Amino acid sequence: MTPDVLNKPGYRAPAKGGIWGWINQRLPVDSFLRSQLLDYYAPKNFNIWYFFGSLALLVLVMQLLTGIFLTMYYKVGAATAFDSVEFIMREVPYGWLIRYLHSTGASAFFLVIYLHMYRALLYGSYKAPRELLWLFGMIIYLALMAEAFLGYVLPWGNMSFWAATVIINLFGTIPFIGPGLVEWIRGDYGIADATLNRFFSLHVVAVPLVLLLLVALHLVALHEVGSNNPDGIEIKAKKDAKGHPLDGIPFHPYYTVKDIVGVCVFLTAMAIVVFFVPTFGDLFLEKANFEPANPLSTPDPISPSWYFTPYYAILRAVPNQRLGALLMLIAVVSFFFLPWLDRSPVRSIRYRNLISKVFLALFTISFLALMYLGLMPAQEPYVTIARIFAVPYFAFFWLMPFYSRMGTVKPVPERVTYHG
Amino acid sequence: MGSASSCRYASWLLLLCSPLALAAAEPAVTGAEGGTAVHWEAWHAGNSVEDTESLQRGARNFMNYCNGCHSLKYMRYQRMADDMRIPTSVLNANLVAPGSNNLDYISTSMPAADAAVWFGKTPPDLSLIARSRSPDYIYQFLKSFYSDPSRPTRSDNLAYPLTAMPAVLSDLEGVKAAVFREVKSGSGGNAVTEKVFDHFETLSPGNLTPEQYDGFVRDIVNFLDYVGDPAQVERRSIGLWVVLFLLLLSAFAWTLKKEYWKDVH
Repeated sequence: MTPDVLNKPGYRAPAKGGIWGWINQRLPVDSFLRSQLLDYYAPKNFNIWYFFGSLALLVLVMQLLTGIFLTMYYKVGAATAFDSVEFIMREVPYGWLIRYLHSTGASAFFLVIYLHMYRALLYGSYKAPRELLWLFGMIIYLALMAEAFLGYVLPWGNMSFWAATVIINLFGTIPFIGPGLVEWIRGDYGIADATLNRFFSLHVVAVPLVLLLLVALHLVALHEVGSNNPDGIEIKAKKDAKGHPLDGIPFHPYYTVKDIVGVCVFLTAMAIVVFFVPTFGDLFLEKANFEPANPLSTPDPISPSWYFTPYYAILRAVPNQRLGALLMLIAVVSFFFLPWLDRSPVRSIRYRNLISKVFLALFTISFLALMYLGLMPAQEPYVTIARIFAVPYFAFFWLMPFYSRMGTVKPVPERVTYHG
Repeated sequence: MGSASSCRYASWLLLLCSPLALAAAEPAVTGAEGGTAVHWEAWHAGNSVEDTESLQRGARNFMNYCNGCHSLKYMRYQRMADDMRIPTSVLNANLVAPGSNNLDYISTSMPAADAAVWFGKTPPDLSLIARSRSPDYIYQFLKSFYSDPSRPTRSDNLAYPLTAMPAVLSDLEGVKAAVFREVKSGSGGNAVTEKVFDHFETLSPGNLTPEQYDGFVRDIVNFLDYVGDPAQVERRSIGLWVVLFLLLLSAFAWTLKKEYWKDVH
């Protein structure tokens, strides 16, 4: 049976006995799985960078499951939230495990998403025909940032309170509507009980629904255009007699068994953090958040979670708050434009011109440096260093139309490079 | 391994150099050796929540010296006794406050409103002090009270200057004076003279030797470290098996992958 037949509209699985046959004549389970796993051909030359997509899906499921259990005991409300989290940590059997899995999962989510995105930068995976795939991914990233921020407020610790104050006040820099908008978001004149309640609603219902829908779209778009690969060439260009790509292998069983290895290694790393260093030296759970929210006492310094600090460093590098907020917004939004900023004739960094490699290297260093600087107090020399690193960060994106087509590119191979 | 050492481990993982590692080697100098500057910021609690006897002593010390003002509102007496292998009869006879029973949370008999008047602020609940500060901080705090007649409590503290808490352990530790030296920085119009702590001088000895007092404080710190995250000992012991299992599973998954991928060329 060829996939073309299976994919034709109106195709029905042949009558089979038993419950499986009965179901398949009414719901295309068999043909769906077949088309998406067995007859979905992925390039055979995936390297370590290609683990992070499936890992992101795993973390999403893990966050949903642990989140469901946390919601059973978490008590939303300014007077009860903090106590209920400690109740989970102490009195709920294995509540500490569920909570640490969820808090570590948040950081793990960003770690795998950043590596997943970086893979796209390395191999030009955002370039045509994968622009929409990239855009869906970027919207997922934005939704994830919102989800993480909202969730961070829920334990109602002192850092929750002040992080919410700082972040929500950024909306106040929008001309004309700013101050009114901030009040509308908070539902009060300051971060308060009303804010906590709506953040809970958004964190457990609204944003997860959006995330799930976007992930579905991301996967549909991926299976429509097919995966890119480290060589950045189209495997569909060279097919065998049956119409399968010569350099492709069925996703199942090859990549399912390979991804299981990634999952096991990832879970091992996750377990080491959850069981031995759940606060991860103040990076995953901050000291200040073990004090209840206190509008009269500001933690020093107020720093967001590590996954937001590159943008936070950019925000603080600008003396004018409105301009800083705008620059921070541009820093995030720049990623969206990559498919159109990149004018290189080749996708993969392996075959790009030297200057593209230099710009990507500088961007990588800048991103990590800004991440570190955002965790430091807003004082010299950190602010000046952040200004210096902001330059290559933005240059990577906005000079790309020029440097990406300069010089000469290396010849692209006909077939993928694979050393089995 | 206390949570402070967990933090240190994480910092090490992050390839940041840890000042605490140096601090561990620093001798805890007290007393009147004039000229030897005391670096109290580098004092390291060095407690271990795996040490059940230390936890038991810490619980005793806490109930005798701290609980009069400070509650542990997230901690039940019985949970504590179970984790520290204290028999319920011993718990009820020695640790549970009059008017409480063994299933109650550990509260304080001091009325919060009165305490706020007496001290200027209500003594804080200490359930999470080891997490919101650190075990080292508590250790430094309890060992750096010094006599200061200008303060309402006639004492002050290096780790938490202008603290409202009196030096309640001075009958055990003795009374110390802090000797400051003046450090000039800047020049010309910008010259600033700062008072920098140099060392302690013993004014009157306490009932415990300095070594005994160190142990006394370390046990309290250890107890509060435990109270901050009571599941931590269990967590680490389960974690070892989980990680070993996952490593084994990773090895199996790797061989399965190799087997399947044999025919990919």
